[in-house]
Amino acid sequence: MDINWANVFDWMSILKCFVVGGIICVIGQILIDKTKLTPARILVIFVTTGAILGGLGIYKYLVDFAGAGATVPLTGFGYNLAKGAIEAVKETGLVGAFTGGVKAAAGGISAAVFFGYLASLISKPKMKKQ
Amino acid sequence: MNPIETKQTYQNYVDKKSPNSPILKNCFNAFWVGGLICSIGQIILNICKERGFDQTLSGTIVSIILIAISAFLTGLNLFNRIGKFAGAGSLIPITGFANSIVSPAMEYKSEGYVMGVGGKMFTVAGPVLVFGISASILVGIVYLIFNTQSITLV
Repeated sequence: MDINWANVFDWMSILKCFVVGGIICVIGQILIDKTKLTPARILVIFVTTGAILGGLGIYKYLVDFAGAGATVPLTGFGYNLAKGAIEAVKETGLVGAFTGGVKAAAGGISAAVFFGYLASLISKPKMKKQ
Repeated sequence: MNPIETKQTYQNYVDKKSPNSPILKNCFNAFWVGGLICSIGQIILNICKERGFDQTLSGTIVSIILIAISAFLTGLNLFNRIGKFAGAGSLIPITGFANSIVSPAMEYKSEGYVMGVGGKMFTVAGPVLVFGISASILVGIVYLIFNTQSITLV
């Protein structure tokens, strides 16, 4: 299949993605440096924030604007969960609230479990992790 | 070396020795590493779209590829070097989620492959999934109750 590489390296979309993704990470960095929050709590805050902003319909605009710059950070993971839940509620009602979120994020969760386990098996722990 | 007499001189000594305000440097590193990871995602996303996948499927493929890469980089002890340099720049993207699964799993490998690796994988990722999934269920229920476009525009 032919791929139009000019569309793949569309500099405008990559620049927007770089800036928005970078800013989201800077917010996380400020939280790390200025508060006593542990990284685990920061991940939780980002996913929950993404889900809430997704539910309020605000995060969608950021995704339309920045593409992967908004979906790759963990807020995008939360947005994906919320979006899936809402779409499933539209189709199946209350059951959808329980099935939709995980269904939408299934690829990421399964990949994390599978590759995470595989990578742990092949790893050789040399030094103590943080 | 002279003994340090007062609190004031000690404070001056500390101020002189400690690096001045690394937060700007940290933020700069977080910005460009985080931006770079997202840009790699955007390039993969563009390739997927060129090949005719829809937006949702492309996003899933991007997540899977980035998670696989960062899981193996963590396993090879390379990711924690990037993490030390970039801070939130590698933590906040989905790469940090994969890293948070592999790091504790590696550490507890000596406790066995089922309860050690299989159990400790979720010490950090577990809370993320609990709160993320719970929030999505609540969003779904709220949407069901206030089924109007003015509240949820998704």
